[in-house]
Amino acid sequence: MNNYSVFMSGKVIKENDISIVLCGAAGLGIQTVEHLLTKVLKASEYNIFATKEYMSRVRGGLNSTEIRVSNHKVRAFLDRIDLFFVFSKGAIKRHQKRISKDTVIIGETKNLDECLEQIECQVVEIPLTEEALKLGSKVYTNSIAAGIIAGLLEVEIIHIDEYFKERFAAKGKEIIKKNCEAARIGYKIANDLEDSGRLDFRVHKDSSVKDEILLNGTQAVGIGALAGGCNFVCAYPMSPSTGVFTFLAQNQKEFDVIVEQAEDEIAAINAVYGSWYAGARGLATTSGGGFALMVEGISLAGVTEMPLVIHLAQRPGPATGLPTRTEQGDLNLALFSGHGEFPRIILTPGNIEQAFSLTQKAFNLADKYQIPVFVLTDQYLLTNFYNLKPFDMKKVKIENYIVETDSDYKRYKITESGISPRGIPGGKGLVAVDSHEHDEEGHISEDLDYMRVEMMNKRFRKEELIKEEMIPPELIGPKDYKTLIVCWGSNYDLVKEAVEKLNKKDVATLHYQQVYPLHPNTAGFLNAAERLIIIENNYTCQFGSLIQAQTCIQFDNRILKYTGMPFSVEELVEKISTIIVEEK
Amino acid sequence: MTKNVYDYEGVEIHWCPGCGNFAIMDSLKQVLVELKITQQELAIITGIGQAAKTPHFMTVNFINGLHGRALPVAMAVKAVNPELTVVAISGDGCMYSEGGNHFTHAIRRNINVTTLIHNNLVYGLTKGQASPTSQIGFKTSVQVNGVINKPFNPIAAAVSQNASFVARAFAGDKEHLKSIIKQALQHKGFAIVDVLQPCVSFNKVNTYQWFKERIYYLEEDYKPTDRIEAFKKAIETDKYALGIIYKNPTELPFEEKLDVYKDGNLQPIIKRKRDLTKISKKFLTPL
Repeated sequence: MNNYSVFMSGKVIKENDISIVLCGAAGLGIQTVEHLLTKVLKASEYNIFATKEYMSRVRGGLNSTEIRVSNHKVRAFLDRIDLFFVFSKGAIKRHQKRISKDTVIIGETKNLDECLEQIECQVVEIPLTEEALKLGSKVYTNSIAAGIIAGLLEVEIIHIDEYFKERFAAKGKEIIKKNCEAARIGYKIANDLEDSGRLDFRVHKDSSVKDEILLNGTQAVGIGALAGGCNFVCAYPMSPSTGVFTFLAQNQKEFDVIVEQAEDEIAAINAVYGSWYAGARGLATTSGGGFALMVEGISLAGVTEMPLVIHLAQRPGPATGLPTRTEQGDLNLALFSGHGEFPRIILTPGNIEQAFSLTQKAFNLADKYQIPVFVLTDQYLLTNFYNLKPFDMKKVKIENYIVETDSDYKRYKITESGISPRGIPGGKGLVAVDSHEHDEEGHISEDLDYMRVEMMNKRFRKEELIKEEMIPPELIGPKDYKTLIVCWGSNYDLVKEAVEKLNKKDVATLHYQQVYPLHPNTAGFLNAAERLIIIENNYTCQFGSLIQAQTCIQFDNRILKYTGMPFSVEELVEKISTIIVEEK
Repeated sequence: MTKNVYDYEGVEIHWCPGCGNFAIMDSLKQVLVELKITQQELAIITGIGQAAKTPHFMTVNFINGLHGRALPVAMAVKAVNPELTVVAISGDGCMYSEGGNHFTHAIRRNINVTTLIHNNLVYGLTKGQASPTSQIGFKTSVQVNGVINKPFNPIAAAVSQNASFVARAFAGDKEHLKSIIKQALQHKGFAIVDVLQPCVSFNKVNTYQWFKERIYYLEEDYKPTDRIEAFKKAIETDKYALGIIYKNPTELPFEEKLDVYKDGNLQPIIKRKRDLTKISKKFLTPL
């Protein structure tokens, strides 16, 4: 059945860190292939990392997924493509810059772009549709494709069979059988390619993968919320925040979570607010424009000292911007949201583990300090997934800060710490909460010289306490650095891998998973460096500006990106190198 | 007047003398006592405006929150703790203008909340501009040539959307008002009580006298479950029917439709403990 054509100028050997990209129109089943591959590759004890980029369309367009398969932990987006599986015309043109002479392109002749003639690369043309039709339907194309990739990576076929058995259990034996057959056709093609001596993919297994789980950022935020005691969520769907809402909806019955889709984000934040008042732990999950509608509610939480947890999933704005893309453009929005002045906490998870731990912690922090706590993620972090050690639930605690009230209870009792014990309706005391400036009992007050000042001071005394238990930035690399690279949020693993690849003894990275309040050690870290570089996925260097405002230290070197795509490791290596070389 | 547990002794009330708010608050307090609803099991949720200040002049659990947003807050309070009786109070500006979207969706959800709308056809707190229920031609400092937009008809809107309890009362008739509030509190579901009320400071047109000339009481044999008849009453423009205009007693209240309270488990979610080991088992176990 050797009815495919190999156009390869040489032998391609790939070892231990292979980047596979699948690209095609939405609705063609790339996600199906991705799902299958990540499951079976993990089952085969390979480390995997997957990241996707997609158009804001239900059908058509061009979406792609990158799957890195490795013998060691890999957690960042690469430009490099080792194996490019093409499902639609236009795919090659769109990713042309990422294709090199070592890239192996696999696809059907009809899907290969004309521009391929000018690109130096290796091409294998396979009539996938024709092969699928032999099995009775075009739908088997995806299983053949998955079979080719799995075959090249020497995945034991039993993993594929098991996957289909589970996946298509409801569809019946015939469907399962056909898909298993399709995968075998793929394996046969893979074997032929390898036997030809032109292609050799080798990845060593990593037995530690066996005890790990596969999660994406969205699931980590959702699981973190459940582990934080979240039992109420009210939201209006908006990419890329919707996944967390969906996750909680799917688990509502099992974990006693009230889930309600709001008429708008204003209702959502006010409902979440009401849930905290009555003793629940509510979550608002939203993105840019949706959060813009919520800001009055943030201010309400500020003056009434109501806990709130807001998952703000960033995407590029302004306005509708790029709905399915990524950016770190809403730090300022979170930082300055809500009129008036009040304390807040902004957490910025760098990876999937932190997405879990910080979301969990957000609920305790909000409850303890009675303030809005933000978990700031982005499309890149939420849709990435990789294998990781299961979170240690023994370390997790749902801390209870709600007090039993007595008949003389005062909601806003002025205390030394600034924290007034928070009761809820149903106890002996009455819980009066007022959006006006108020007195200790929660009634309107216009006592300007005393009560207003006391209440403002009380609310801000809590900030001093917050600073005592802040999460310090993580220093990665040598303590005696000369160059310090500062980053926050989802750039964590990208910068980490780029700096590892740079392999310079005097370069260190400082990553923030809590950007506000800004950790007091910041100036110390920064002053110890001869050269400072900040890396942000935005135009205006928002975190750099925050640091400058608070420490008077300016970043001379800024690496900023605002295309809607995350940085790639190679891009960061190049940009950091340029700065280091130029200055020498 | 006899003492009432909800009285806030010594409080200075911010309302103008003669304001309809006094009668509405007094009626509510008396009904609460008559129905033996304790302070501990009651929460009043309000928006912003003169009516929204009501709980400041009572001894009660309350949130005096944001303009227009009482209903989503009230929905959540009742949902997370169905053992509470939840009453939302605000004016026509808060409920029908700023919060119009929430009003519509509270009807869809059938939130188990009694809602009192102090409808005085004018903005009081911001000093006399038109409200969504102001009549065409009503002159104000902003609507200098008179209101040009037709008034919002909350009763017709509520009946059209099959709200579960729709009533109208008048602040000038406390006994009738009390009976309506009482039935609203006893209703399981979203009980809308639009209370016509003069504003003695900013509305010199729609006075007590003006209302008295236009109100009438629904006859004893009026059947509020007939939606077509109710709609006929709702769209009358030259007179105002007082009483329970429409009632749809069959619809389940919001919280009973939620997954967490289905299957008869009515324990409030705030009293349920999260099992962390269940999280480990479901999501964190390697396959």
